[in-house]
This record gives sequence, C-alpha cells and structure tokens, in this order.
Amino acid sequence: MNRFKASFLALALLVTGAQLAVAQDAAEDQPKPARQSWSFSGVFGKFDQAQLQRGFQVYKEVCSNCHRLSIAFRTLENENGPGFSEEQVKALAASYNVTNDEPNDSGKIFQRPGTPADLFPPPEAFPNDQAAAAAMGKAPPDMWLLAKSRKYERGFPWFVFDVFDAYQEVGTDYIYAILTGYTHKDDPQWNLYYPGHKIAMPNPLQDGGVKYTDGTPATTQNYARDVAAFLSWTAEPSQTERKNIGFRAIVFLLVLSALMYMVKKRVWADAH
Amino acid sequence: MRVTPRERTGVELSHAEAINPSRRDFLFLTTGAVAAVGAASVAWPLIDQMNPDATTLAMSSIEVDLAPIQAGQILTVKWRGGPVFLRHRTAKEIKEAEATPLADLKDPATDQSRVQKPEWLIVVGVCTHLGCVPLGHEGQYDGWKCPCHGSIYDTSGRIRSGPAPLNLAVPEYKFLSATKVKIG
Amino acid sequence: MDGHSTYVPKSAIARWFEARLPIVGLVHSSFVSYPVPRNLNYFWTFGAILSFMLIIQIITGVILAMHYVPSAAMAFVSVEHIMRDVNYGWLIRYLHSNGASFFFLAVYMHIFRGMYYGSYKNPREVLWILGVIIYVLMMATAFMGYVLPWGQMSFAGATVITNLFTAIPLVGTGVAHWLWGGYAVGDPTLNRFFALHYLLPFMIVGVVVLHVWALHVVGQNNPDGVEVKDVKRDTVAFTPYATIKDMFAVCVFFVFYAWFVFFIPNYLLDADNFNPANPLVTPSHIVPEWYLLPFYAILRAIPNKLMGVVALALAMALLAFLPWLDTSPIRSGKYRPMFRFFFWIFVICCVGLGYLGSQEVTDSATLVARILSLGYFGYLIVVLPVLGLVEKTKPVPVSIADAVLPPSAAAAE
Repeated sequence: MNRFKASFLALALLVTGAQLAVAQDAAEDQPKPARQSWSFSGVFGKFDQAQLQRGFQVYKEVCSNCHRLSIAFRTLENENGPGFSEEQVKALAASYNVTNDEPNDSGKIFQRPGTPADLFPPPEAFPNDQAAAAAMGKAPPDMWLLAKSRKYERGFPWFVFDVFDAYQEVGTDYIYAILTGYTHKDDPQWNLYYPGHKIAMPNPLQDGGVKYTDGTPATTQNYARDVAAFLSWTAEPSQTERKNIGFRAIVFLLVLSALMYMVKKRVWADAH
Repeated sequence: MRVTPRERTGVELSHAEAINPSRRDFLFLTTGAVAAVGAASVAWPLIDQMNPDATTLAMSSIEVDLAPIQAGQILTVKWRGGPVFLRHRTAKEIKEAEATPLADLKDPATDQSRVQKPEWLIVVGVCTHLGCVPLGHEGQYDGWKCPCHGSIYDTSGRIRSGPAPLNLAVPEYKFLSATKVKIG
Repeated sequence: MDGHSTYVPKSAIARWFEARLPIVGLVHSSFVSYPVPRNLNYFWTFGAILSFMLIIQIITGVILAMHYVPSAAMAFVSVEHIMRDVNYGWLIRYLHSNGASFFFLAVYMHIFRGMYYGSYKNPREVLWILGVIIYVLMMATAFMGYVLPWGQMSFAGATVITNLFTAIPLVGTGVAHWLWGGYAVGDPTLNRFFALHYLLPFMIVGVVVLHVWALHVVGQNNPDGVEVKDVKRDTVAFTPYATIKDMFAVCVFFVFYAWFVFFIPNYLLDADNFNPANPLVTPSHIVPEWYLLPFYAILRAIPNKLMGVVALALAMALLAFLPWLDTSPIRSGKYRPMFRFFFWIFVICCVGLGYLGSQEVTDSATLVARILSLGYFGYLIVVLPVLGLVEKTKPVPVSIADAVLPPSAAAAE
C-alpha cells in the first residue's frame, strides 16, 4: 500500500510542479471572478422563480436592446423556470413582431405578432450579426447559452473540489463579475474581470435603471445577480428536472450496488 | 484478488445456507426485482423521446382569420403537419348537406353534428382511405374528390362513394370571435 | 464446485434448433461454463464495464441521430433542440457525451491493468493487438463525435486533427482536401464525420467480438500471471461467479457515471463549444477532450511539424508492439519489483502529459512535456526490452490455486 501512497504523492507533486511551471509564465494582472452563492447550484439547487422573473425583466429592458436570446416564448411558462402564466406569455409574445417562416399568398415575407411557439426575434436595431458588428464593432453574442459558453479557469485544486460539490456555475459567476466589474467611472468600457480589461460592451446597468415591483432593491448588484441567474436558466432549462431525476438515480444505484455486493458475497462463499 | 478467510474456507457460509436457504433466495429475488425496476425506468426515456417534442406540441393549435374567405370558397391551412379545409358554405350547399337522408350515407352523421356554425365547415383534409389530399368542388356532390382512388365526399365532408370508409374528420376547434377560429 | 458443464438442450425444440444453429451452446460455453481464473481482482471487471459502455453509447447514439441534423447551419441548433425540446433529450445527450468519457476511463483502466499484469504476453499477442485496434477506433469515433455539435471547439478540433495529415510530404494537402471535401473543414466534412461516427461503433463491435473470441481461445490472464493448470482447482465458472462480480462492478461504476451525467454533465465539456462554430475565429486556447490530452501534449512537445505527427502516431503504434518490446518471461508485475517502479513512472508520465496537454503552451511547460514524452517512449523502447534481461524477479507460484488458496485447502483438494 505504501507503494501506492508514494506514487500518488509523486503524482500530486508532479501536477503541482507542472502547474507552477505553467502559472509562472502567465502574467497575473487581473483577478478571477469570485465564486458566488446561487440558489440553483449543487445537488439540491433550485431556481428562485421571483429572481428569474426579475432577471427576465432586466434582460427585456436592458440587454435585449442589443442581444438576441434564441429561446421560445413558451419556455417562460416552465414551472421550473420563470413560471409566467399562459396569458402573460401570450401577451408578451404578441408584443413582439416576428417574421413569418413562409411567404403569404401574394408571395411576400411578412411580419406578424408573435405566438408562444415563436423564438424571441433578434433586436430591432440589429436583424443579424453583421448589422450589429457594423454598428458596434463587434456583434453582441446571443445570450441563450452565455452561462455555459463563458468560464474562468478555476485552477488546481478547485477544479477537483468542483466535482464533489457539483459546482457548475462558473459561467454564471463570470457574467455577474463582468456586469459588476465596471470599476473605472471615467471609462465605461474598462472592466476589471474582462481579459485585457478592454470590453466592447459599455457598462449597461445603472442603479435604478430597472424598476423592480417586488421590493427588491434596484441596485446594479441585484440586476447583475438576477440576470445572471436568468441566463443560467436559459442556458439549460432542464437542470431542475435533471437534478431531481439524478438524485433518485444515484440512490437507486447505491441500493442496487449494495444488493449486488451481498449477492456476490453469497455466490463466492461456496467457491472454496 | 485478496481472498478473505471467509471466502477461502466457505465452511461457515455453506453451513448458514443449509440452515436458512430461503434467506439466500430472498436476497437473489430482491436484487433481481430491483434491477428489473431500474431497467424499466431506463426504458421509458428511451421510448418517450420518440413522442412529439415540445416544439411540435407548441405548434399543435393554430388561429385562422375567417374574414377573407368568401362564401363558396375553401381555404386550406396547415395544421399539425397536414391540411385542414375551412369551407365557407353557400346556402345551397348547406341545404344539400342538411337534406341528405342518413340512409344514403356510408358513415351516417347529420350535418349539424359536423359543424358549429352551418356556414363554416372545418374538416381535416386527409382522405380516410389512404391519406391523400382530396380536391375541393369536385365530384357529383360538389364536395371533394380524392385524386388517388376516387372517393367522393359531399358538402359536409361525408363519404358518399369510393373506397374510403369514413367521413373527413372534424378537428377540435373553437370560434374565438365571429371571424376568428382556433383549431386544435 | 462440480467442474464446468457443457450445454445440453433439454427440450425437443431446443435440440432441434441446436442441431441447426448451435448459438445457445455458444453463448453457454462463452458466458456460462467458461472457466475464469479464481484469483482475478476487480481490475478484471473493466472488460464487462466496457461492454456495457459500448452498448449504452450505441443505443443513445442511435437515438440522438433520430433528432440531430448533420448540416453546418442546423447542427448546433439541433443539439440544443435535443437538450431543450425532445422528451428526455437532455438525458440521452448527457449519457452519450459523458458516456464517451467514462468509456475511455474504463478503457484506460483496462489497458493499464493489461500492462501491469503482462496480459499482452505470449500467447495473448493477438488479443492485445485487437485491443489496440479497438482503442484507436474508439479515438477516431470519439473525435468525430466531438465535431458533431459544431461548436467552436468542434470546429477547431476538426481543423487541427485533419491538418495533421498535411504534415505528410507531397500528398499531405491533397489528403486533407479529400478528408474535408473542400478547402477547409465545412459542411461536407460534418456530413461525412456524421456518417462515419455512426459506422465506426459497429466496426468496434466487430473487433470486440474478435477480441472476446481470442480471449476465449487463450483464456484470461490473472494477477499471478501463471497459466491455468487444473481447471477444477484454478478456475471458477463464468456464471455465476464472474457474472455477479462484473454486475456489482458495473453498478459501482454507474454511480460515478450518474454523478457526472446528472450533477456535473458539462464538467468535461469545453465552454467554448457552446459558441457556434465560426471559421473566421479560433478560440484562444484549443484543448482536445481529456482522453486525447497525453497524445496532444506529445504532439506539441516536438517543435517540428512532421516529427510531431510521427511521434504522435508512434506513441499509439508502439502499444501494438508491446508483446515483443517486453522481453521478460515473467508476466505479472506482482513478481517484478523493478518493473513495478518503472511502470508507475510510466503512469505518472501519462497523467503528467495529460495535464500539460490541457494547459497553454509556455517554455517551461514545453520543457516538462518533453521530459515526460521521453519517459513515455523510454519506457516502451528502452526500459521494457532491457529490464527483462537484467531485472531480479521474485519466485512465481506454481499454480493459481497455490497462489490464492491456503496450503491446507490446496492440499486437501
């Protein structure tokens, strides 16, 4: 057994050494986003419906001016998500104009009010990425998968610990950090957490910019937190269902393993 | 593998089994049953994935504006992947449909049972024979005629002659207003 | 235990059928009465685990193919459609994407077990080479599967791996164009990768059948590395002994698999692959999936393009020659103390290369990668051939029964 211990010790030393070698060369001139506490992280994590609704409000009033969100209106009804009512979603969808897939009888592609089955249309100002890039220098990304497509290096040993406490909210942390990272008052495009600090998106949030109706203080921190939570949901709407089923699956497998082990013991008992 | 003394001799355990064989059977049966439950619950997602998905379900009802359809016209709309006929019937067509004796019908149904408002006939445009799309204003009853095998439908969408066994199906629908109908 | 029975059909129908197609007898002799060395440890259960993983990958893969659209315009969106709208689509996709990782995890345990206990040695050379072929097919399949979601990392991975072929002198560029069906990775590439990704698993099944066949001809190796001398004393019947042990191991393995699928399903995926493929922008830091990292580190450690590719190919190809590179007549590492020391150094080299393959290239990282690459090749080309000639080994037991049973029990039988 000592042999194994020695090997693993050597392994740990090697990994740490290799990591030092790597880290030495990378200039550390910017802080990593801090790990936040989210209601939906971990094995028993669940979304806070009110927070998702506030996050959606921030998206609708601020982000949607430039960013697309390729989800269907109907998904906002999801009870594990924002949980808006059918009527609310219908009214919301109808307030958008969407382009019909097929031309009308006279052969014209036409606009019509949205239905719950439609996707959110692109921002009115930018029908496509090229238009956005032409106006802003860089096209604002589609936000539906933002919480999964952004990350920061957790580094050793944190990436090991993340396996055990099932922490998957690295992208959500990053979004929150960026939205609260505009710390130079005189430069709206300087961001503490953005690699290189020079970010294309000027500070989008101001205290009081969005009027919350549920008494939550209208601060930049809250906007950032709520919209990050909302984007965590849009990135993977099925995650609550996944965790529910997963818990049962793991308990089942543990029970079955224990039974299998007992059967194995019994069977092998007569293999003398 | 490291052999434990118990496994090595096996004496105590075989002895124990001799005393209580039912305990061993119970363990085997329990394990088998638990494994079977597991297999069954895994099977469901594998089957259910082929059912209509959320996108399809979201498109399962449509709203149609009736205002542009003149009396005598038939509008074909796409619903659940197939055609639906919305026929604005003329007074003559309504009268013909209502006057038909049930005895003349292969699949007897009164006209009243097939419409909510007499001037609007709404039927699924799929021939009940083998799924072709019938042509409107054709056949001797001026209803529909199926181009595939010649089934003839009347102005109530009822089968009158040809190989089709049933009337054109009436989908679930609701008038939201005088000129707006929701199908599905 | 009453020795190993052979299948005798009981009913008249079974006899009739067996006389025409003796498949029940084949299954019986292969998976019921087949004698298994009694001293196998839990490292021998990875064969069964791998069979299960292959079946899971094929079932979930066929299902995903029912919903996936292999076109550059639709691939990314169709994967998200599976994740969001298809009933249990997220479950099937996560079983498949994490299944690939757990398939490799199991295959690495299986390979290192074989290397530690000398399972590649006479008479199991063909068995071992079939295993190496399966491993290479798995890597090809996994690589092409990774391209299908058509994210940024899919595209970059496809570009980098196919560009390896441009290192071939004279015909390299032509070969690359042929692979791509164009002048760069694009729609035709995605389509053919989809077709091949669907095909290769069935070829793997074919080679697995040969692998199992070869195994059943020469019999299993065992931790003591001595051949079965007396079937009655040295072995137990496959069913129930090995079957139940394998099932237990499969269940335990599935606990870890389920943890990843349900609680950290994106842990092993790259964040950049949630951005749709864009041929005009390459991610700042390209990383293959973890199971290919050691080879990727070897590739990057060599400064010359052609030599890098040669080293990469050699690193895989050398595995097939292991039966002849290892000159020791003793099979099991259990009785070779010096071999054990070098074996663990080799394992550390592989893990270290894997870690470095995931990191950005820096001077010191490249230096460490070169040292570890030397360790990798040194073990295969220098240490194994020389060790067999010079090492001092411990006495090997005469038989399996002598190794595991206490003297009294062994004598009594």
